[in-house]
Amino acid sequence: MKRRDVLLAAAAILATWQVAAMIVSMPILPTPLTVFVVFFKELQNGLLIHFAVSLWRVTAGMLLSALAAAPAGLVIGGSKRLNRIFAPVIYLLYPIPKVVFVPVIILFLGIGDTSKIVIMFLILFFQIVVLVRDQASGIAPQLIQSLQSLGAGRRALFRFIYLPASLPAILTALRQSIGTAVAVLYITELSATKYGLGYYIYYRGSTLLDYPSMYAGVIAMSLLGLGMYFSVDWLERKWCGWKFVS
Amino acid sequence: MINIQSLTFGYADHPPLFQNFNWKITRGETWAILGPSGCGKTTLLYLLAGLKFPASGSAQIDGEHITRPRPQSGLILQDYGLLPWSTVRENVALGLNVRKFYGADGKHAPDDFIPKNNIENWIQRLGLGEAADKFPAQLSGGQRQRTAIARTLVLEPDLLLMDEPFSSLDAITRDDLQRLTLSLCEEKNIILVIVTHAIEEAAALGKKILLLGTPPNQNPRIFENPNAGRDGYQNTSDFQDLCRELRNEMQTRSAQ
Repeated sequence: MKRRDVLLAAAAILATWQVAAMIVSMPILPTPLTVFVVFFKELQNGLLIHFAVSLWRVTAGMLLSALAAAPAGLVIGGSKRLNRIFAPVIYLLYPIPKVVFVPVIILFLGIGDTSKIVIMFLILFFQIVVLVRDQASGIAPQLIQSLQSLGAGRRALFRFIYLPASLPAILTALRQSIGTAVAVLYITELSATKYGLGYYIYYRGSTLLDYPSMYAGVIAMSLLGLGMYFSVDWLERKWCGWKFVS
Repeated sequence: MINIQSLTFGYADHPPLFQNFNWKITRGETWAILGPSGCGKTTLLYLLAGLKFPASGSAQIDGEHITRPRPQSGLILQDYGLLPWSTVRENVALGLNVRKFYGADGKHAPDDFIPKNNIENWIQRLGLGEAADKFPAQLSGGQRQRTAIARTLVLEPDLLLMDEPFSSLDAITRDDLQRLTLSLCEEKNIILVIVTHAIEEAAALGKKILLLGTPPNQNPRIFENPNAGRDGYQNTSDFQDLCRELRNEMQTRSAQ
């Protein structure tokens, strides 16, 4: 995707917002300019701390799930026997909406960061494990046989084939998980915390009815998601350069 | 060197491809395995490569049963088996990196394995200098095949197994690579076993031709072809006669 196209899309979204704000003409939908002025003011007034707390929680949740799910997906996808054993388990657990376990997990793990990170981990783990497993099990047998003929055993196959072949799937899974992760982050920060963008948005909007500040929080949360999205894109270009050659 | 005795092999729920099958190869020979689709050519190659194992009977190299891929055997598959995420240079170095990964354990690498830095030599020898930093997706079919050959020869094998390696190449590139393969095998005293379904290719490359037929293969016919690889051989009447004979025999065996 070209940078110019992204800027044009951002301009179109802002223009739509401006037009909608002018049509609605109510405090609940301020103009982009009003929100951006408040956004920069709020950055010096605590928004940055809320941003940092949310960034830490979502990064920890995503990293933990990637570090656990990617190897699990590789091992399951690389072995027909393990896949046969775990496929029904994943099939049953994957569609369960883990977000409904928020109260249970808070009861078990308390109201600190751990419960919030664990909820994100639970949701993202299955998304990543399924994508990576499917990628690993779909590797062409000729590629595996070719490396085996060069002397590779199981460990070398993982090092030289399964891991690099699954890296794009791991990054795709991470990219697809970002939206979910930020949404889950918002839900987990609605209660039992005084820090985080979820708390900030809810408190400013529902308690103080300070809509420009609430939208400033929404922008911060969007920037958080976008930043992570761009980071994954950057990693993909760095680690999977072969995908972009023609 | 290679001794297959009373070998029987078949895939589950299918009739056996080989039954009490015998075959001998001695050092320095160049073999072509020819036969129609589904006759077991590639399977035979995989049995030699240690990627498949007989149900009964034995397959031995230098007196040792083939129980796993042998470090001294090189295998080049139809689609070349190059890693798409690795450059030409990395692909050529792949076998050496696998050996370094395990060390000289006699299982994944020869007991006397000493890491050599001969990658650049083979890249240059096979005319891949300018393509060394490219990925397989950026290469022509001929360059990919050259990379696969370099990757195998860098390990200094004594046996080179090739599964229809030239089938997707244009005629000029194919002739060029056939000549290169034969000369390298002769120079390094490597046994070459090449699988093909093309009669002309078998006659051009194999000093001995093993003709398989409709399974189960029990008594394959072997054709002697001492002039294979000689310049101009393909324009001689001997070559044309051999091709005709092979074609007739293939038709007869397929009809059985």
